[in-house]
Amino acid sequence: MADHWTAKLETYLDGELSASEMRDLDAHLRSCPSCAADVLSQVQIRRAVHSAGKRYSPSSEFRERIRNSIASKPRRSPMRMWLEATAAVALLLIAGFITLSVRQQQGRRQQVFSELADLHVATLASTNPVDVVSTDRHTVKPWFQGKIPFTFSLPELPNSEFTLLGGRVTYLGQVPGAELIYQIRKHQISVFIFPDRVVGRELGSSSQERKELSFNVESWDQDGLRYFVIGDASRNDIRNLADMMKKAS
Amino acid sequence: MEVADERWSAATFEELAMPLFDQLYNFAYWLAQDRTEAEDLVQEAYVKALKGFSSFQPGTNFRAWMYRILRNSFLTSRTGLKASAMVALDSDDSPELPAGPEMPETILIEHSQHQLLQTAIEALPVHFREALLLCEVEEMSYQEIAETLSVPIGTVMSRLSRGRKALRESLQQKLART
Repeated sequence: MADHWTAKLETYLDGELSASEMRDLDAHLRSCPSCAADVLSQVQIRRAVHSAGKRYSPSSEFRERIRNSIASKPRRSPMRMWLEATAAVALLLIAGFITLSVRQQQGRRQQVFSELADLHVATLASTNPVDVVSTDRHTVKPWFQGKIPFTFSLPELPNSEFTLLGGRVTYLGQVPGAELIYQIRKHQISVFIFPDRVVGRELGSSSQERKELSFNVESWDQDGLRYFVIGDASRNDIRNLADMMKKAS
Repeated sequence: MEVADERWSAATFEELAMPLFDQLYNFAYWLAQDRTEAEDLVQEAYVKALKGFSSFQPGTNFRAWMYRILRNSFLTSRTGLKASAMVALDSDDSPELPAGPEMPETILIEHSQHQLLQTAIEALPVHFREALLLCEVEEMSYQEIAETLSVPIGTVMSRLSRGRKALRESLQQKLART
């Protein structure tokens, strides 16, 4: 019986026996002087080893050296990694959104100019290109009253090569606007005028010069109105007419 | 040393590792038995642990992890390789030895005999020495020692038993000579 317990004394003293075995061995030790003496001896030597084993202490310089070498290196916690990943994804989404937004804006701008080119071509192809036929701006301008929700000024053209042929009401994005037809030499040029709020978002406030379906186009906004001058005339002609329109307003 | 996840996420390596510094140094010195070598081991262990900290699994035993890194550094050092070679033939699979003769009360260790005891511990084969120190000085459980030494619990028990027996015999011989 004692041999059975003797083999377990070490484990007992290491505190690694099960609770029931611990209780049983406690009870055995109270009745077995041999095992009790063995335990006492082992306890004493363990205490001595515990004490003797704590022998070496690092110098304070060495401690500081190690501390400095590892200081302020925070662990990348799962939460922080998650936040970083989320931020990265968010940045990508924002960048993607901006790109998409810019592309959409470019797309809408392109669409506006295409529509205007179509309107211009449709006007030229029409058997009745203008609804008010007059070379007199004082006739044409009042004609638009009540037909469009804004008014505008037209330039005098006494000493220029441009001739006013007339005007018509047109629509862009379901909003009515004015289309004026000018002629210079053999070329007919359309001047479109719309409230800026209709196309301002797509075009911004800057003036633009571009080519659309081989037409030269100039566009600007002035006094809340957006002007487009478009035609197959030369870039200079388009610009000259645009400048006269700007000065008239 | 189980640490709650919430606390763990905020903890830094420094906060976890520095409280173990004195113990690790003591253990390193017992293994290497040389101050400079012990410092090198501790430094190497801290550098390695810091590097590997992101891969450390929260909730597992940080202390055992640190000791394991330190011990692995020792085993690959020149002193460690030499010490391991000396015990290579000493199989862990041999059956546990029966408890040795009881220590006579007349040779109970006194405080003044610490030097004797320390010399006896130093003379133990490294596998017994490290198991004994982790158990008696660091008061690790069998499980922790097994994790630190990367061996099964049965091997831990075997090494402890054999180490204790060797220590007793060594002490008896030393005391008999005095």
